Amino acid sequence: MATLNIMVLVALAYVTLLFAVAFAADRAAARGRARWLRSPLVYTLSLSIYCTAWTYYGAVGFAARSGLEYVTIYLGPTLVVIGWWWTLRKMVRVGRSQRITSIADLISSRFGKSNALAVFVTLVALLGTTPYIALQLQSLTLSVVAFAEADPTREVAVNRQSTAFWVAAGMALFAILFGTRNLDANERHHGIVMAIALEAVVKLVALLAVGIFVVWGLSGGVSETLARIDRSAIAEFEVPGSRWVGLTLLSAAAFLCLPRMFQVMVVENEDERHLRTAAWAFPAYMMLMSLFVVPIAVVGLDLSPEGANPDLFVLTLPLMGGQEGLAILSFLGGFSSATSMVIVAAIAVSTMVSNHVVMPVWLWLTGGSAVMSGDVRLVAMRARRISIAITLFLGYLYFRLSGGGAALASIGLISFVGVAQFLPPLIGGLFWRGANRKGALAGLSVGFALWLYCLFLPSFGPSFLMPVSVLEQGAFGLSWLRPQALFGPAVLDPVIHAFLWSISLNTLIFIVVSIFSFPQPVERLQGAQFVNVFDHSGTTGGWTGGLAQSEDLLIMTQRIMGAQEAQALFAAAAREQGIGGYLPEPTPDFLVTLERALAGSVGAATAHAMISQIVGGASVSVQDLMAVADETAQIMEYSSQLEAKTQEQERTARQLRQVNEKLTQISLQKDAFLSQISHELRTPMTSIRAFSEILRDTGELTAEEESKYASIIHDEAIRLTRLLDDLLDLSVLENAQIVLNPEHGQLGGLIDRALMGAGLSEASIRVRRRPEDEAISLYTDLDRLAQVFINVMSNARKYCDAPNPELRIRVLREADHVAVDFIDNGSGIPAGEQGTIFEKFARVSETRAGGAGLGLAICREIMARLGGSITYVPGQEGAAFRVLAPMALPGQATAAQ
Amino acid sequence: MTDKARPVFVARRTYRQRRMADAARLLPVLGAGLFLVPLLWRSDGASVGEGDAVAASGAGTVEVMLYLFLVWIFLAAAAGLISYRLPAPQDETRRDGQG
Amino acid sequence: MGKTVLLIEDEQNIIEAVSFILSRDGWDVKIHANGHDAMDAVRTRRPDVVILDVMLPGKSGFDILSEIRADMAFKDLPVMMLSARGQTRDLDMARRAGANRYMTKPFSNAEVLDAVRALVPT
Repeated sequence: MATLNIMVLVALAYVTLLFAVAFAADRAAARGRARWLRSPLVYTLSLSIYCTAWTYYGAVGFAARSGLEYVTIYLGPTLVVIGWWWTLRKMVRVGRSQRITSIADLISSRFGKSNALAVFVTLVALLGTTPYIALQLQSLTLSVVAFAEADPTREVAVNRQSTAFWVAAGMALFAILFGTRNLDANERHHGIVMAIALEAVVKLVALLAVGIFVVWGLSGGVSETLARIDRSAIAEFEVPGSRWVGLTLLSAAAFLCLPRMFQVMVVENEDERHLRTAAWAFPAYMMLMSLFVVPIAVVGLDLSPEGANPDLFVLTLPLMGGQEGLAILSFLGGFSSATSMVIVAAIAVSTMVSNHVVMPVWLWLTGGSAVMSGDVRLVAMRARRISIAITLFLGYLYFRLSGGGAALASIGLISFVGVAQFLPPLIGGLFWRGANRKGALAGLSVGFALWLYCLFLPSFGPSFLMPVSVLEQGAFGLSWLRPQALFGPAVLDPVIHAFLWSISLNTLIFIVVSIFSFPQPVERLQGAQFVNVFDHSGTTGGWTGGLAQSEDLLIMTQRIMGAQEAQALFAAAAREQGIGGYLPEPTPDFLVTLERALAGSVGAATAHAMISQIVGGASVSVQDLMAVADETAQIMEYSSQLEAKTQEQERTARQLRQVNEKLTQISLQKDAFLSQISHELRTPMTSIRAFSEILRDTGELTAEEESKYASIIHDEAIRLTRLLDDLLDLSVLENAQIVLNPEHGQLGGLIDRALMGAGLSEASIRVRRRPEDEAISLYTDLDRLAQVFINVMSNARKYCDAPNPELRIRVLREADHVAVDFIDNGSGIPAGEQGTIFEKFARVSETRAGGAGLGLAICREIMARLGGSITYVPGQEGAAFRVLAPMALPGQATAAQ
Repeated sequence: MTDKARPVFVARRTYRQRRMADAARLLPVLGAGLFLVPLLWRSDGASVGEGDAVAASGAGTVEVMLYLFLVWIFLAAAAGLISYRLPAPQDETRRDGQG
Repeated sequence: MGKTVLLIEDEQNIIEAVSFILSRDGWDVKIHANGHDAMDAVRTRRPDVVILDVMLPGKSGFDILSEIRADMAFKDLPVMMLSARGQTRDLDMARRAGANRYMTKPFSNAEVLDAVRALVPT
């Protein structure tokens, strides 16, 4: 049996397992049964995406060529992680409190929510990530080829390009499936995190297993192995000091700045306390990952034929030793390293691209009116999915174009230097309040340009993107502009040279420009919040929301976050302010919360722009400016207290006014109640009396007239009876004397029944339903619930004033409740009357045709008895009622059995 | 702002936690220092920049490797010990707020 | 040629009953079924008597009556108000607004006929 075939089968099985794990983790998280998903160990393991295929295979090659130098790649991150109290803690706290979605978002958010910065960072990240993905594809195809060559039968020829293509396509599918389930990039991707945690275990176990096999199996024990190292070509420790220090610093910087590291470290962080475990566990993980690297390299050099690729020793040594099972495990380790890195990197980069490039462009194209345009949520989601596919396709393209040659092997460090350019604005932004946007932009531009000139362009080899003449004599023939020897003779190797110059000039210019330019107010506010995040994780205000229309905000938020989340957010805010319903006062506090929530979906800059469209430009008030200008603590505190007080008073007054208005209205209604009852009773009685007198007193009526008048009497008598029934019903309900008859039933059937009962035919109103959502079992008083449905449905039939009336029935399943929304496409209920429609006899606009105006009051009472509620949901296409009913009647479920 | 509000002397527990935070801050500095030590072992000081200069004698890969892994284990253990003696990160704001 | 009655009322059955009764008595019954442009109806129809319901869609009967009385041409036009609310407050309001007659629903057919005849001496 061919080894290659087994390997392919095992790899496919492994991929299936990963899908299953991710799927199960997502399911468990959705059901809220996922405590183990949030363990600090999973977090620590997810950090291991730092160890890509490049480190998995490449470390051994690195060691075979230059001894212990490879270890610097792990030493930098070790220092960063054990120093978590300095930086990681702050990054995670800021990331959580500002709902940061990516490193681009963090930098843009810190520097005044600047989109220019975000776009810039996104582009650098994309440029740095694409070759890195190509590198992973290369490692994978090389390892497959190694298998094919070791295959004794050699009947299968491996097509490298199609292998790479299908691997890339599979990873795109995985990332799209599990990485774009919810729009809120700030929400955790449990499935993905769980899968990469599993992959982290696999790659560690694989590498350790190969190491143990090499040391004890091939080499004959520890002392023998150490002796072998002493005899080898790399016996001397001869790493140049500059590389030793430089690479350690570079890897530390990259660890903080890599988009994929930021994703797992900050965005996916569930709990700050997980850092405590990662602080020791992750260094230990990296230590184990590098433990056997030198032995494998040395034994590989000893045993392999001349010219064997040391990058593949991890794979070829077990194959040579006839350990096919071990070789396959080792392959899975490399496969895990590559896939987990690629998937997370694709998600991280796609979030940036969609939030900072696609969304702003889309908003600009649609005339910048977030309120009026279509479904933002869908656009953002689609943008993210397409970005993932494009990122991976670019990686594949790069792999094909570069021919998978030596140019790729060095790209790991090259892309490290690229993303390390984020370090000055990142660290400066977190620790120095004086850092500002102009400085960050200037520093980044210089660092980026130097990186391109000194490292990235030359990396393609002479005369591919950069002419040989420039490389050898410098641009314009100026020798001090030679890309790999700026300002002097070449004493450093290119990577360290480029790192040194780009990062120091980047830092210098960042600091100098920051010192000599003046930041905008938003930047200063954000700066204070970032730098002093531990002093007040709360927030200083940013919005003055007097003019904002809560309903507009709700409409916009629904488009971005989805109706359910948006309504929950608004209702919670309203409750906090002591107001019922879905429309809170647009206080500065609420607007800041809302902006953060939106930032979690579309990024800080876009969220800021969207809210300012509705609230009206001025995001920073005069008071805020004063507070920033006067950095004396007392004045700031005093003025903010004062401001808080007046705002508090104003809000209380507004609430009082509201309550008062409602009381007056209710008292008027009480008064009107009697005359209403009188009117509703007397009107049918008038017809009955008049026509019965006509029948009695008029001699010569035609038979036709007679029957017509008799049937009027009959109809009016029925109307009277119905009214009395309603009144009785209401009084029984209000006095809680009702007896409920709970039964088991299906929601769908109940809706069918109600549609029939309400007499809704295709001619009167079109009904749109999703029967698959309605398959929900209920245990409640079905008749009563049907009564409520009928009432709401016939209201839609009666009052919907659209030319083509339509009623949409939308079922949302919540934990133990089911919410049934009835949304028509008419003009809805004016905001002023939404508060009173559930009162008795409160008919919209007083005299429109219909019943006595008791229907909704009865519905409200019924729902209260059933342990649910009925509310009006503002901001939909038309009038929208939400019936919220528990799936099982509280307190009755057991009593009835 | 908060410095002013903080008392000069604090209870024993808080004091211990603050010293642990100091230790947490110093640990990476110590680690960086320890990781640099092998560079000193090279007798002829093939220091900065002589890419291919071979050190005549001095440290071998085996010694440096053993040293590095011991330092590594020590750092991981120290980080573990210190981290769990630090105030829980989530409590940080409350503690600061109370001064 | 009979005199003209303008019936301003929104309940279809009551309209039918009242017009049946009055037309059999020789009245020319004109109907207007809402409150909005009731005043226009009064101007164009030029009725001899108006029967005006209190609760109308668009505008209340009291408001319509005030408009009628505000127009010099109709300040003496006989108006009978119908109300189903049966509260004394309504009676007062009707009087103050200038109603000649006020009747509570339900009424007997003979009552209506008598009242209208009394308002417009034939």
